[in-house]
Amino acid sequence: MSPRSRAVALTLLLAGLLVGGVVLSAVTGQLAITPTEVAGSLLRAIGIDTDWAPTDPIIESTLWVVRFPRIVMALVVGAALAVAGAVMQAIFGNPLAEPGVVGVSSGAALGAATAIVVGASVLGVAGVAVAAFLGGLVATLLVYVVSRAGGRTEVVTLLLTGIAVNAIAQAGIAFVLFVADSASREQIVFWQLGSLGGSLWSQVAVVAAVAVPGVLVALALARRYDLLALGERNARHLGVDVERLRLVSIVLVALLTGVAVAFTGIIAFVGLVVPHLIRMIIGPAHRGLVLASAVGGGALLVIADLLTRTLVAGAELPIGMLTSLVGGPFFFWLLYRQRRRSGGWA
Amino acid sequence: MSAAEETPTTVGGAEPVIVARDVRLTRDGREILAGIDLDILPGEVLALVGPNGAGKSTLLSVLSGDQDASSGTVELLGRPVGSYRPLELARRRAVLSQANTVSFPFRVIEIVQMGRSPWLRTAELADDQAAVLEAIRATDIEHLLGRRFTSLSGGEQARASLARVLAQRTPIVFLDEPTAALDLRHQEDVMRVARGLAAEGRAVVVVVHDLSLAGAYADRIALLDTGRLDAVGTPHEVMTADRVGRVYGLDVQIHRVGDSERPIVLPLRD
Repeated sequence: MSPRSRAVALTLLLAGLLVGGVVLSAVTGQLAITPTEVAGSLLRAIGIDTDWAPTDPIIESTLWVVRFPRIVMALVVGAALAVAGAVMQAIFGNPLAEPGVVGVSSGAALGAATAIVVGASVLGVAGVAVAAFLGGLVATLLVYVVSRAGGRTEVVTLLLTGIAVNAIAQAGIAFVLFVADSASREQIVFWQLGSLGGSLWSQVAVVAAVAVPGVLVALALARRYDLLALGERNARHLGVDVERLRLVSIVLVALLTGVAVAFTGIIAFVGLVVPHLIRMIIGPAHRGLVLASAVGGGALLVIADLLTRTLVAGAELPIGMLTSLVGGPFFFWLLYRQRRRSGGWA
Repeated sequence: MSAAEETPTTVGGAEPVIVARDVRLTRDGREILAGIDLDILPGEVLALVGPNGAGKSTLLSVLSGDQDASSGTVELLGRPVGSYRPLELARRRAVLSQANTVSFPFRVIEIVQMGRSPWLRTAELADDQAAVLEAIRATDIEHLLGRRFTSLSGGEQARASLARVLAQRTPIVFLDEPTAALDLRHQEDVMRVARGLAAEGRAVVVVVHDLSLAGAYADRIALLDTGRLDAVGTPHEVMTADRVGRVYGLDVQIHRVGDSERPIVLPLRD
């Protein structure tokens, strides 16, 4: 297939997954709602009255208070995580770099858990997000400073650094759990499993306010990420201010990851799986990669969230567990394949 | 971009494009460059030669603005090389470095097109297509364009990287061992490309190990020995059996072939 037809195929695939996932999510649940009622309610919200619009106020409120914020949250969190992964892989020059794997998510989790314990009510809705961002930033900087050599990161070094950062962050979280009262403790445990349940519009607004500009910044830097694939020196020869790009990108990854985990908890492997699959279809050029990752990440999380609600009747699985269940084996496969190709990394 | 910032792709006249004065570089207490004075002229191929560890690549990285000298000055097109912003520098000099690995499986054509990125949003953008095509033709990689860079052999990667550097179309071109991974024919091709660049008025600085190759294609040769310039001049002047033998610690004989009497260096063997 030509690059162009591949891009068209990918666009159609993503659009199908996205629309299908959103509609299925909106109609599925304890209260049965038809697709026409969903469409009617949406049309009414933008000022177009149709016969489809639901007459039952319970349906209306179920859609607008419970399901829509949850769906939009899945979209923006998925987009943020997938783009954070793509950016991280670009600046590490390594397709295995991912916020969850290298410990950025854990760092953000520690920040958020601390905020919950010391009193999220005092800090407000954005307080947890800010703490998660700071935790993620420290973790990203740590991994970056420790694991890079000559502008690239060896797989082994990267993963070992991730193990160390994860260990430290987990110890911190354990300590926070230890000193927390039982209410906060429950909140933190629940949060570590990841869930999109109970998403509020106010939280969605905070996430979107960071995720949308974040994705746009990543898009604006896409060409520079392409050049960075040539190595730092060569990128500099082509006019990239590598130091500044690095700094901006690290803050970007921490922002996207921090805000993504702030309300929904740890949802791992999205940033690994999505950019990888996109790269396999349309190649590594970052403009298409970042854009498609944002859409694909959103679609993936909407579908994953739908599965958590429907796989087990009457119960809701943690979404972080589900993504790790799929992402873990995927990661294995990537390692196996790379190992077979290059014969290990030592 | 303002008019004052516009840069010509070629520089006329015989004003040197690079002026290095008393360049020194010390690393870990060891003097790697020990007072280099060197002028580089437009329209010439200058070969940097010398034994391993003589400081060739280091000198190249200082001249191209990759590394700051510990002391001394390097002026590139009339301004200290350190005073340029990365993008300004990228429009004035291109560099082929020794390490040319690519992190993600980009196609060869994409790699070559990356050479045009410094000219994004400038008037030069119109030349993109022509510059890329010319670079592809000069490096003999037409048949590789659709391949993934990561799947190429070392020599093919070197040629694709050279194409990227040529596509940048800068008045100054640095080539750090461009012939290292290449077969006999492509070595000659690359040196001919270097000559072609010089014929267009560009300045070409090339690090090579093969003294005969340097002797055959360079206008001037700068012979480095443990951080010092042992000699700078035409191949004829620099390549004497005495000098080469002393610097390399090996007895050699110099043959002069052809009408131009280009020197060929051969070790004395029993």
